[in-house]
Amino acid sequence: MIRILSILAGAFFSLALLVSLGTGVYTFATEPAAETAEHAFHELPKKLHLASDGLFGHFDRQQLQRGFKVYQEVCAACHSIKHVAFRDLAALGYSPAEIKAVAAKATIAAPDPLTGEVKDRPGLAADKFPPVTYAGQGVPPDLSLIAKARGNGGPYVYSLLTGYAAQPSDLVKRFPDSKTPSGLHYNPYFANLNLAMAAPLTGEGQVTYSDGTKATVDQMSQDVAAFLVWTAEPTLEKRLQTGWVVLGFLLFATVLGYFAYRNVWAGQKGH
Amino acid sequence: MSFPWAKEYTPSTPLMVWLDEKLPLPRLIHGAVGGGYEVPRNINYMWNFGFLAGLCLVIQIITGVVLAMHYAADASVAFNSTEHIMRDVNWGWLMRYAHANGASAFFVVIYLHIFRGFYFGSYKAPREMIWLLGVVIFLLMMATAFMGYVLPWGQMSFWGAQVITGLFGAIPLVGEPIQQWLLGGFAPDNATLNRFFSLHFLLPFVTLGVVILHIWALHIPGSSNPTGVEVKSESDTLPFFPYFVAKDGWTIGLFLLIYSAFVFMMPNALGHPDNYIPANPMQTPAHIVPEWYFWPFYAILRAFTVDLLFIPAKLMGVLAMFAAILMWFFLPWLDRSPVRSATYRPLYRKFFWFGLIPAMLVLFWCGGAPAAEPYVMLSQIASIYYFAHFLIILPIVSSIERPDPLPFSITEAVLGKDDAALLAPPAAKL
Repeated sequence: MIRILSILAGAFFSLALLVSLGTGVYTFATEPAAETAEHAFHELPKKLHLASDGLFGHFDRQQLQRGFKVYQEVCAACHSIKHVAFRDLAALGYSPAEIKAVAAKATIAAPDPLTGEVKDRPGLAADKFPPVTYAGQGVPPDLSLIAKARGNGGPYVYSLLTGYAAQPSDLVKRFPDSKTPSGLHYNPYFANLNLAMAAPLTGEGQVTYSDGTKATVDQMSQDVAAFLVWTAEPTLEKRLQTGWVVLGFLLFATVLGYFAYRNVWAGQKGH
Repeated sequence: MSFPWAKEYTPSTPLMVWLDEKLPLPRLIHGAVGGGYEVPRNINYMWNFGFLAGLCLVIQIITGVVLAMHYAADASVAFNSTEHIMRDVNWGWLMRYAHANGASAFFVVIYLHIFRGFYFGSYKAPREMIWLLGVVIFLLMMATAFMGYVLPWGQMSFWGAQVITGLFGAIPLVGEPIQQWLLGGFAPDNATLNRFFSLHFLLPFVTLGVVILHIWALHIPGSSNPTGVEVKSESDTLPFFPYFVAKDGWTIGLFLLIYSAFVFMMPNALGHPDNYIPANPMQTPAHIVPEWYFWPFYAILRAFTVDLLFIPAKLMGVLAMFAAILMWFFLPWLDRSPVRSATYRPLYRKFFWFGLIPAMLVLFWCGGAPAAEPYVMLSQIASIYYFAHFLIILPIVSSIERPDPLPFSITEAVLGKDDAALLAPPAAKL
């Protein structure tokens, strides 16, 4: 009885699926899916090598400091990094005095300990980077996690910053409806090709590096990408280093365990 | 219960004698995972996954309890508290990555454990109860994992909760009230997050309870084995301690190596980048996908695209998705072949390797892909096979198949001869 019911149930599901499959095949054959501009023109991130890549990745402090400078002088006008605290900058190689100086430049809205009123005060090392008020339209995303919130984050940030271009005439010819709307900017590395942010890094020397590195647009983009990889996961270095110790120990323990197992089973298999 | 030749527990010191009279816990351990539990000597490495699944549950409970000390289940701060764990809590990143990847590891182990059961017929009498409890554990795991993924309150958390609770909305008449009851509102919000956190904390302990029943039920008939021939004599078995403790022990090391490689070297490889974007009810992600371990069932859900008579496609998909797992409950009675192991079932073995496994892999692949062609067509074909395999092929194959001759005993299968069998009266050979 149960087997008859089972076969009936199986036939029911299979039949329903066959109907769906048949309809799908027919639609697929008769109405090929229209290609979209995103599909045809979106590009995967360019290659970018960062010191933090790979299984032995580490942070290039010099580069992170440069990236932080680009962030502060350019990105911070619109984008916050609210998950990062000023004290975290110690990991970039800044001294406590330097960190206090950076923090003091920020304005933090916090309750006054005497009156309880929320008031602006200069930032302290323990504070997080404050929110940024943006006057224009839209909400510029917080950048703390952007490198983890996009596939292949570091190269993505770099590609986006260096990827601004005029919309290809070919695109407009093939997809007349996909012309970049006014107020938006064409960038093939952005998911839907048009984004509100205009190219933020436009000219050489926009930022003056203190280590003498030439601040080309490409260099600044790389540096800020490296910095955002750090803000997304400041514990990356520690994670990889700990990982190798853990894997080394486990390998040793596993080999030891294997020989213990062989020893226990000696003469028992009988093959 | 155990075999008559199993070593009895004998307390060796006055203290242990005293303890044995008051609370025979050492006796229980001896009989459950010690020298008193006799195990078929021929079980292969596919039998290690039960032990590993238990380990995964323990890892999840320990890391989970620690995470709960730092996590805040409030829609306005949940995302930030997760980042607080990642950045400011000592070793918080390790706890969270171990927990997130631990869920994946748990499912890898459990899928292998389940498919071991499919291949070697572990669900058959006298082990039906173990199988039924196992399916209950799997369902509990899925519910727990789903609710856990909602807790970081990222984009995929939010939209996953929306889509999955929306499935209940497909049920006619009572669907929408049920969905609202589950969510505690009209859309996922603070009420949803709070109840999911509460249940996510509770269900692992319920699971632990069912796991204890699962192991208890296992100890009645004892473990199955690759031949599917039941234990007949002392030479067929070895005590759990030290033999299988040693065997499970070193594979724990192997498991932890692979697991740690994910936790430390590629902790986000199995996650979705969108979940690092805070939940935003106003912005739907381009592709809403669940975690990888749900993909086969998600593919089945989406395979139904056409209304059938009076049944809407969505409702069919929901029914099929639940049926895809619930039908496992009937497996012991659908497969009527007296032979357990596929090793001696030539026809069933072909359907397993060339039907079920490819269908499952296709479903895994399509479930993670966008809902577009050719993925939908492929998942439709694979879903047809999936249902046909369990509901049609299995009952029919088991009645028409001619199984290969079975070895007389486990000992014969391992050693090529069985002295005990030669000594036994001829009638016993049948």
